Amino acid sequence: MSKQKNPIMGWIDDRLPVTVTYEKHMSKYYAPKNFNFWYFFGVLSMIMLVNQILTGIWLTMNFTPSADAAFASVEYIMRDVEWGWLLRYMHSTGATFFFIAIYLHMMRALLYGSYQKPRELIWLFGMGIYLALMAEAFMGYVLPWGQMSYWGAQVIISLFGAIPVIGDDLTTWIRGDFLISGATLNRFFALHVIAVPLVIVALVVLHLLALHEVGSNNPDGVDIKKHKDENGVPLDGVPFHPFYTVHDMVGIVVFLIVFCSVMFFFPMGGGFMLEYANFEPANGLKTPAHIAPVWYFGAFYTILRAIPDKLLGVIAMGAAIAILFVLPWLDKSPVKSIRYKGIISKTLIPVFGIAFAILTWLGTQPSDGDFLGMINNTTLARWLTAFYFGYFLLMPFYTRMEKTKPVPERVTGGH
Amino acid sequence: MKKVIALFALMASSLSFAAGGGVHLDEHKTDLGDTASLQRGAQTFMNYCMGCHSLEHGRYNRVAKDLDIPEELMQENLNFAGKRFGDLMSIAMRTEDSKKWFGATPPDLTLVTRVRGGDGDWLYTYLRSFYEDKSRPYGVNNAAFKDVGMPHVLADLQGLQKLGCAPVSTGHDSLTGKEIMVDSCGLAEPKEVLYLAEEGQLTPKEYDTLVYDLVNFLVYMSEPIALERQRLGLWVLLFLFIFLIPVYLLNKEYWKDIH
Repeated sequence: MSKQKNPIMGWIDDRLPVTVTYEKHMSKYYAPKNFNFWYFFGVLSMIMLVNQILTGIWLTMNFTPSADAAFASVEYIMRDVEWGWLLRYMHSTGATFFFIAIYLHMMRALLYGSYQKPRELIWLFGMGIYLALMAEAFMGYVLPWGQMSYWGAQVIISLFGAIPVIGDDLTTWIRGDFLISGATLNRFFALHVIAVPLVIVALVVLHLLALHEVGSNNPDGVDIKKHKDENGVPLDGVPFHPFYTVHDMVGIVVFLIVFCSVMFFFPMGGGFMLEYANFEPANGLKTPAHIAPVWYFGAFYTILRAIPDKLLGVIAMGAAIAILFVLPWLDKSPVKSIRYKGIISKTLIPVFGIAFAILTWLGTQPSDGDFLGMINNTTLARWLTAFYFGYFLLMPFYTRMEKTKPVPERVTGGH
Repeated sequence: MKKVIALFALMASSLSFAAGGGVHLDEHKTDLGDTASLQRGAQTFMNYCMGCHSLEHGRYNRVAKDLDIPEELMQENLNFAGKRFGDLMSIAMRTEDSKKWFGATPPDLTLVTRVRGGDGDWLYTYLRSFYEDKSRPYGVNNAAFKDVGMPHVLADLQGLQKLGCAPVSTGHDSLTGKEIMVDSCGLAEPKEVLYLAEEGQLTPKEYDTLVYDLVNFLVYMSEPIALERQRLGLWVLLFLFIFLIPVYLLNKEYWKDIH
């Protein structure tokens, strides 16, 4: 490439490292050739991030962030703005699919030990993105100013009130008022459209820079840099472009088929993406019968409710998120991938995935109901909460104790 | 992908419980393609509902366009407030007055079917569940919405229902095997049911159709773009499925020598 360089590219490259950067991150970034289904969700998260930002910009052009006009302006977008309905549905459906992609992306990391040395920073940046994304989604949900926007915000912000001594002042400071009001809506709008997206984009850049520094993990958890050819190219690696760009395209199109099927035919997601109560304007004097957070916060909301004491519940919920940050240091296994881990990990990792899904489900349900008619929701929530923490807190012990299988020198399977 | 689809199926099935709130709902088989039904529904709404309930997020001209109602006809026969054709369908009644008169301000109904479970079932049931109750200010109560402040505006058309004892099963006849039904008024726990005590201008079947059309119109109102959304969705999916073929083949071509 460099020999017959286009003079314009040469001129630019002398002043800005475009070609070098392109090669480092695309055409000469060698990714393991044995990626499977689970490796689509990184790029799919990226697609959703771009979707949220682009549709968000156009929604902002017609949205009015005030307590008097916010609700009506969303309906104005749905009815009077050209293609406004599509932008709005892309944005609201996008939020759900963003979280689906992120959760499966995180599950991939659990399965193949992608957080282990030397990828701890990648995991930490990823957790930072996840945390920022939760804040982003929460504040975004307040903006349409429906009943669930209002009362969901009321519940979540009041959690900070459980903190001793400063709790009450803290909630007032967050709301900017003594109750949820137009002031809260205005600041959430500012944070939702500018502050948090900037943080997310910056963290995504760091996430990728750190990834490309140490290289991608793979389903075998073996280091492909150990075996290189005479040119220093990993034998089990393929250049990201064109091999993974064309490969990811398949995943992207399939994902878009699912995304569009939901967006065009079930835009309310059965009341899970757009809650019914949120089609009624916010009313501080009328509490909805059943206040539930949007589904993607379900697991943590369940953990909060499982603890009978408010302060302890808030601590448990915070701890459930915080413990994810230290995962790289809890896993003491000499191997990365579930394929070569011992029987305990092989069992617990999928069970953890299922437990998290059930915790998520319970968060959307009344706590006094029954799960599949078998067990009381609260009882089940407590067992699963215990399992959630047990899974992480006991990890240093069982990952060290269990007998692992020998890891192959080279990747298996291939494409 | 299967998991995701299963998750959505599970979500959808739980919905009917969440929205019902314990009351059995009659299914409203919404048909947004039935323009005549939507037109009749709009007519009923303007004549019977719009005195108190606004459709403040919708506009006259949009309804006329979507429902194939000529501008002249709309302005002369359906726009009683004499608003401009492009105006929002708001009402003149002041909220502080209506709160005094009814105990609660009659809500705007643009989005009522979305608030009530995302479909027309609740509203279809509600409008057919008024019954005589002398203890209420307007002499009626509602089986789907207990102690609602709304009078039975359509009573002239439907007639008046009463809530009374329903026949209940007390077991099976040992000889014939048939269920034995008795009037439940004499039982310890009487089971009550709605029945028509005074006939109205319409037969029960005609009344059901009138309510069906009205609810059809309000489902349309809650999302005027619904039909266009589904129509466009099919084209988008068709494109994606066709696009998947070259994308898949391109990927296969690049990877065929990688082992």
